[in-house]
Amino acid sequence: MNKYNPPRMNPSSLRSRFATRFLRTLSKINAQKPTSSSSPTEIFRRYRRIKAAADKSMAYSVRSRRTWSRAMLWKLRTRPCGRRSVKTSTIIKSREARKTRHEKQNKNTTTTTTTTTGEDGVVFGVEADELRELVPGGEAMDLYNLLDETAHYIKCLTTQVQVMKKIADFYSP
Amino acid sequence: MSSRRSRSRQSSGSRITDDQIIDLVSKLQQLIPELRGRRSDKVSASKVLQETCNYIRNLHRQVDGLSDRLSQLLASTDTDSDQAAIIRSLLME
Repeated sequence: MNKYNPPRMNPSSLRSRFATRFLRTLSKINAQKPTSSSSPTEIFRRYRRIKAAADKSMAYSVRSRRTWSRAMLWKLRTRPCGRRSVKTSTIIKSREARKTRHEKQNKNTTTTTTTTTGEDGVVFGVEADELRELVPGGEAMDLYNLLDETAHYIKCLTTQVQVMKKIADFYSP
Repeated sequence: MSSRRSRSRQSSGSRITDDQIIDLVSKLQQLIPELRGRRSDKVSASKVLQETCNYIRNLHRQVDGLSDRLSQLLASTDTDSDQAAIIRSLLME
């Protein structure tokens, strides 16, 4: 190759798009350090912002090509992070409440129910519902799209974890 | 069409066949480290979905932990000058 640059990965790959965006946001978050930057509240706040930044960077890197990334972007935009420190226990409770309500709903409607029999005759309705809770935007997907989106979501999550791990290792003493 | 097909989800528009679903399930199976490499006829679809849920939850937990770690690490560093080095080393992988 006659390229001047040393061989590197495709600059427009998901991984490098995510890494660039995420690092940029990290700098911004870091630049807003108040004087008491190591108080537990401050660290918690920063943790929330970093987590939101990671999700946002990933969703933006995928753009709106995927239902889950669109759903995630919508969720991130309509729920301001940082100021409101919602306790995780509240989130879990409301998630479970939604789940039981959702399961009750599914029993009545047939269009959103995921009772498809696989090759071995097993109906995987409950697991699919669980999956719906985990994949952003999953509630509105039919089984086929759910499986498809899940595969892509997992790929992106693993990229996210890899990049974040590298960054954390880089900054570790 | 066999009765099995008619029990399938009443799709809105295109007919999604059982085979397509099975294909997707086995594609998912390959992504999950726990189940990768096992013969797809030995792993039931519901097991694949179950393991998928567990795997996604695991990944979420990892992201949480890493965000936490980063929030503590960033407390004492300045990121700007390092960015280029990080990106380069990331991309070199």
